[in-house]
Amino acid sequence: MSDTEIIPQTTANSQKGFSAFAELVSILGTSTKTNDKLRALIDYFTHADSKDKVWVIALFSGRRPKRIVSSTLLQEWCVEITHLPYWLFEESYHTVGDLGETIALLLPDTELTSTDDRSLSYYLEQFITLNKSDENVRKKFITDSWLTMNKDERFVFNKLLTGGFRIGVSQKMIVNALAKTVELDAAVIAHRISGNWDPVTTTFSDLLSEHATTADFSKPYPFFLAYALDAEPETLGSPEEWQAEWKWDGIRGQIIKRNNELFVWSRGEELMTDKFPEYQLLKELLPDGLVIDGEIIPFQVTTSAEGTTAVSPLPFALLQTRIGRKNVTKKQLLEAPIAFFAYDLLEYNYEDWRTKPLAERRIKLEEIIHKASHVNLQLSPVITYESWPGLIEIRQQSRDNYAEGLMLKRKSSPYQVGRKVGDWWKWKIDPFTIDAVMIYAQKGHGRRSNLYTDYTFAVKDEERLVPFTKAYSGLTDKEFAQVDAFVKRNSLEKFGPVRTVKPELVFEIAFEGIAASNRHKSGVALRFPRINRWRKDKTPDEINTLQDLKQMLKMYGTSSLE
Amino acid sequence: MPLIEFTEKGLYCRQGDFYIDPWKPVDKAVITHAHSDHAKWGHKYYLCHTFTKPLLQARLGDNNYQSIEWRETITMNGVQVTLYPAGHIIGSSQVKLEYNGEVWVFSGDYKTENDGISGAFEPVKCNVFITESTFGLPIYQWQPQESIFQKIRAWISKNKEEQKNSVLIAYSLGKAQRLLQAVAPFNETVYLHGAVYNMHQAILSTGIQLPPVMRVNTESNKNDYKASIIIAPPGADGSSWMRRFLPYETGICSGWMQVRGNVRRRNADAGFVLSDHADWDGLLSAVKATGAERVYVTHGFQSAFSRYLNENGIWSAEVKTEYGDEEEEKIIEETNTGSAT
Repeated sequence: MSDTEIIPQTTANSQKGFSAFAELVSILGTSTKTNDKLRALIDYFTHADSKDKVWVIALFSGRRPKRIVSSTLLQEWCVEITHLPYWLFEESYHTVGDLGETIALLLPDTELTSTDDRSLSYYLEQFITLNKSDENVRKKFITDSWLTMNKDERFVFNKLLTGGFRIGVSQKMIVNALAKTVELDAAVIAHRISGNWDPVTTTFSDLLSEHATTADFSKPYPFFLAYALDAEPETLGSPEEWQAEWKWDGIRGQIIKRNNELFVWSRGEELMTDKFPEYQLLKELLPDGLVIDGEIIPFQVTTSAEGTTAVSPLPFALLQTRIGRKNVTKKQLLEAPIAFFAYDLLEYNYEDWRTKPLAERRIKLEEIIHKASHVNLQLSPVITYESWPGLIEIRQQSRDNYAEGLMLKRKSSPYQVGRKVGDWWKWKIDPFTIDAVMIYAQKGHGRRSNLYTDYTFAVKDEERLVPFTKAYSGLTDKEFAQVDAFVKRNSLEKFGPVRTVKPELVFEIAFEGIAASNRHKSGVALRFPRINRWRKDKTPDEINTLQDLKQMLKMYGTSSLE
Repeated sequence: MPLIEFTEKGLYCRQGDFYIDPWKPVDKAVITHAHSDHAKWGHKYYLCHTFTKPLLQARLGDNNYQSIEWRETITMNGVQVTLYPAGHIIGSSQVKLEYNGEVWVFSGDYKTENDGISGAFEPVKCNVFITESTFGLPIYQWQPQESIFQKIRAWISKNKEEQKNSVLIAYSLGKAQRLLQAVAPFNETVYLHGAVYNMHQAILSTGIQLPPVMRVNTESNKNDYKASIIIAPPGADGSSWMRRFLPYETGICSGWMQVRGNVRRRNADAGFVLSDHADWDGLLSAVKATGAERVYVTHGFQSAFSRYLNENGIWSAEVKTEYGDEEEEKIIEETNTGSAT
């Protein structure tokens, strides 16, 4: 059996194809040390086939082939091969918490020695070819592949198949690893691997040779990301050195106009041009060779008594009704109009402006936005303030401005690549909180598999308990283990994977926003709910009430989801 | 009338007036093995296997112990009690009760693969079988011990090349001794955490031979360990006690390592799927080999395993016991006292 073979040396030399990739994924998935992950990546990029390398870059930057098979079919085929009853497959799945891994574990160990180790690109390109073929052909390919692989390979193969390919590696780390293996600067690599390219037709040297030129007009710049400010603002030095803006609650994006075409990219490296038809109106108004950075936000135009109009953002919940839809309807365009709140200029007249200081970029940006003068393109305003205490006071008004807090940007700073400490800070306001009791629990996924870590919480409504949110994060591993033990000892009923538990444990739930919802029993939907802390000092009698939630909804909520 | 009843205090044989692995203090207890969830403190009389006795003495102190050999029968109030090897850890036994021609067997914890030190699991024909189900899902399929040992050795070799210590995390009783066999080919002194060392000494007193070891001295520091092999219990993982081994890699040895999420949750550098319990196929083959008409399933995935048996023509029901909270808490205590002494 191939996975019992022992290769004491680093294995990169002896394995090159899919098994080397599976091993890479395994190291990246379990290693606890950044250095080990980096070393594994460098090792991989040094030895792997260049076609495979292109695919690895593609996969880690979110360019995966379309899904060719549903989870249901995979499950069916696995059950067919193993002769296990369906319910036992389900039970196994709830314990493992990952479909691809469940299948990998349930299938019989292969007796074959995978001497003909196929390449990663072979499988991925098969996925693309098979996309159009009928189910039997796909089934044969998949089940045959399963039986030539060991468990680790099968797991990775299934993750590729189901599109659930997420590995604990940042794009930054991929870029750093590549920078050690090619003659290019990290910032250049980050830019090269972003944008619109197809791993099938792109070669490694197209992508990363020293002199390759890119003809991709849509290519965005890597986003500069801020760290959270945990200290007092005074630690940043003099307030005059800093530009303050609202931290908007929208989708970070870049608008690019090159070659007389307009593109919209999200921070998730997704080309979203078609989702925002209103931006196309800007094409005529903006100069060519331009890249601006900003926030995609729903907005409204209000007219004051004196007849002046103002543009103000609307809650993020409204935007959510539009993204995720394939086609934007007229109704949505009307109900959730989108503006772009611009805050930085990255390219002007086809010239990369990122190394110029923020203050200079800002002046040019304001000029461009004013010239365009269109309601869908707004300047994210600079907040004027005299002192840090003054700014602290302004920050308290974030919620009234539909902002999550403030951004602080050093006026002299260049526009950097990725998350860097020092020049950009996000300074969020404290979240809303509410005390609630846990009433349902379910086993988690990934590193929380086979542990009860997904909980549903309730508030009081007189004598009744009304569930109002789920939360999955916010406890330490030790606390999760304690709650898990509690759930196992205090289960009242079992509904499939869900246990109802004795309402005894009280938690403080934090969240960023609240909206009315008729999909929820409680009538509210929360944004980013998570466990803030375990209130061991409180009993279920002391939790908040449905009335408290409704009060919050009245003050800060939106009825947009109704 | 059933030979074993499932009571508040544990498995009870009314005809013989004794309990098996009770979790509350009782007058007479038959003990399957020395793990703390099965062997509790406070009984007035303990019956166990010869190898289990010194382990109980080490863990529970002096008590009224009686020990017998495997396949040796003792009669209690007319009920014939016989122990058979369970293959789980040293001394671990299945308990067979025979009364008026009816035979019941409680498996205790068991594994079907012979690990070379715990005695080979022996299926016992019975009318009613009570089985554990710690790994009673088909996702749990073990590889042969030797292939896992090879992986462990390859990992240690790699650590040695990088001048790192290898810290193997394993239960102090059972797994730790298996690991000593696994690393024996390195032919070097293996360092043991205090809790593991104490068990080691207790096992030596049974006459069982084990490779040479050294206790991790609490006065020791970084200079004492150079690409060495250390065995420590789960409670020591992540504690300050580990600092003296820097730079080191940790490898957790447990059946739970079969699922990636567990490896990640435990923050292990490596996870080795080495279990002292039967895997899915092991449980099924054990149940079938007993020829039992009725099978009760306890601690583990009892509802799934029991349902599967029913669907496959073997009458089965799940029963709730308090076994299965293996060691973890207790070992943390031992770690603390271990480093204090």
